[in-house]
Amino acid sequence: MFVRGLKRKCFDGEEDIEGTLAGIKAIPSYNLQRQSLLDMSLVKLQLCHMLVEPNLCRSVLIANTVRQIQEEMTQDGTWQMINTQSTGQASLDRLVSTDILCRSSRDPAEGKHVPGYGTFSKDFESDQAQDSSETMSTASSVQAPRNLQSNMWEMETPQENKGNFQKSLDQIFETLENKSPNSVEDLFSEVDNSYYDLDTMLTGMMSNTKMGHCDSLETFSSPTNTASNSNCKSDLNDLDHIVEILVES
Amino acid sequence: FLGAGGGNDIQWCFSQVKGAVDDDVAEADIISTVEFNHSGELLATGDKGGRVVIFQQEQENKTQSHTRGEYNVYSTFQSHEPEFDYLKSLEIEEKINKIRWLPQKNAAQFLLSTNDKTIKLWKISERDKRPEGYNLKEEDGRYRDPTTVTTLRVPVFRPMDLMVEASPRRIFANAHTYHINSISINSDYETYLSADDLRINLWHLEITDRSFNIVDIKPANMEELTEVITAAEFHPNSCSTFVYSSSKGTIRLCDMRASALCDRHSKLFEEPEDPSNRSFFSEIISSISDVKFSHSGRYMMTRDYLSVKIWDLNMENRPVETYQVHEYLRSKLCSLYENDCIFDKFECCWNGSDSIVMTGSYNNFFRMFDRNTKRDITLEASRENNKPRTVLKPRKVCASGKRKKDEISVDSLDFNKKILHTAWHPKENIIAVATTNNLYIFQDKMN
Repeated sequence: MFVRGLKRKCFDGEEDIEGTLAGIKAIPSYNLQRQSLLDMSLVKLQLCHMLVEPNLCRSVLIANTVRQIQEEMTQDGTWQMINTQSTGQASLDRLVSTDILCRSSRDPAEGKHVPGYGTFSKDFESDQAQDSSETMSTASSVQAPRNLQSNMWEMETPQENKGNFQKSLDQIFETLENKSPNSVEDLFSEVDNSYYDLDTMLTGMMSNTKMGHCDSLETFSSPTNTASNSNCKSDLNDLDHIVEILVES
Repeated sequence: FLGAGGGNDIQWCFSQVKGAVDDDVAEADIISTVEFNHSGELLATGDKGGRVVIFQQEQENKTQSHTRGEYNVYSTFQSHEPEFDYLKSLEIEEKINKIRWLPQKNAAQFLLSTNDKTIKLWKISERDKRPEGYNLKEEDGRYRDPTTVTTLRVPVFRPMDLMVEASPRRIFANAHTYHINSISINSDYETYLSADDLRINLWHLEITDRSFNIVDIKPANMEELTEVITAAEFHPNSCSTFVYSSSKGTIRLCDMRASALCDRHSKLFEEPEDPSNRSFFSEIISSISDVKFSHSGRYMMTRDYLSVKIWDLNMENRPVETYQVHEYLRSKLCSLYENDCIFDKFECCWNGSDSIVMTGSYNNFFRMFDRNTKRDITLEASRENNKPRTVLKPRKVCASGKRKKDEISVDSLDFNKKILHTAWHPKENIIAVATTNNLYIFQDKMN
């Protein structure tokens, strides 16, 4: 579809599902597909353009999709399983390369690209029997909408991750404070490499969408670094929780 | 199909194409908005580089009655420049998001153009005469020695080559925290609205240091944000009525007479979800990318990812008409989510008599739906096979199964070639269709 003539089978193509035998055209199970979609969504939320403000509509739609998946997984009980799994595991391994989505279920079993993914899929073999008839396009309806925040608070926080996050945040605020915006070149020459960490990119994106303190006309006429810094720091706790989702899930 | 027969069907012909020929597209040349003025004589485009190009239709040549006047460049100017927001350490793009023309009141033309943050009112005026014969100045502007002046004369206007000048008359800045997606001029021709992701502001065209906030959907806690404003428009006749659409597929109609802050809508237009089509992508594809009132003001049209819907303003619970633009993409939503195409914002437009609606698709296809005959047609904007006055061949996408000759399979569609912006002349059957960096003009075949 995206290169002329090459066919990519994501888990689109419902017409393949009826009547195919597992061995010939195996498609990922519903849980696998759902998890892949969740991981892809989280990657999308983090990959924002640093120079230009990210598209808020797109971010909101992706975040809503993540919320939907998490709600469903919570109802399934699969969300709890992820929690117990994740302690001790490098969380970023869980972010599946988007490649995986467009391969049949046989490829993940080869397990070359994503080590973490292989152990995860093992636990769901028992679910595969009941899920194989479902497809991505028929998600179960969410009966009781759960607050996304309450899910986040339930998750454990590995201390070292939090420490690293704190460190990255501090680095960002330092660079923000020290900048005297005399020229564009100066600004970019001082950019910390940590900007390109996933954590810090995310923080940059989320703090930019948190315009609650900066939205009156007055702040535009007299921007001060200290004002923005204190506002950002007061949002730190909120940012903590948000990054927790991305790092933990 | 339209054009496949029937005396009243329009036969569309290629007329002109503007823009670079090569496939290597310079980012700044990407067209971001297209708009005819109220008479249709002028056609404006905005691009990612912040430029506005205005085309003017040639006066109809009486001897060449088989074709309408061509559109030629009338004025080009740099509307917006890139800026840097020091508070957030982010660039503000100069890309022109929307252009809206004001109705013509005198010899000059006025339009509003906006990027993500700032709206500007531009005056476009012609100069075809200049004064000559000053007493104290030479023709080239140098001052004469007063002692050499022996006689006095009255300067007179003499013709000169036409010069079209664009000058910014008003700059409406610093009123939007989020990215502006819409501007709409009120039918009172004195005020206009500008909408960003979370707020809508009302301006007076003469006043730049103040605007009134009329809609604010920003939650107290940004973490609770689940819905944004995607488009807004004033009613064409009722100066206190406007609508705004959301990322959840709803449209709210508000009356400014009800209260100063129109957070409570007068009407809420929403179609109940079809449970059989439910998926994780349901919300994303229900997000409305464009809303346009009909010229009559009785209907409004919305565009979501897969369809165009016509709503009667008197009926809130469902649209009166729904047209599928590219239903064959429904089974490809995951891939389209992966490559971000699912977030593409397609616009839509009405013809002058509100009988046909048009919108774009992928592979440089665009679609038209005739509301009366219920027929639709798919056409392609492409330099190949397009000779002037040759009728465009209808295109067809093969969704599944055997592909017939001349059909294109879904997997062969080029998703980088998207038509997001189209415009229909207010009176004639002339349409402007923007591909990534080219502007195509098509006309109906005049016999």
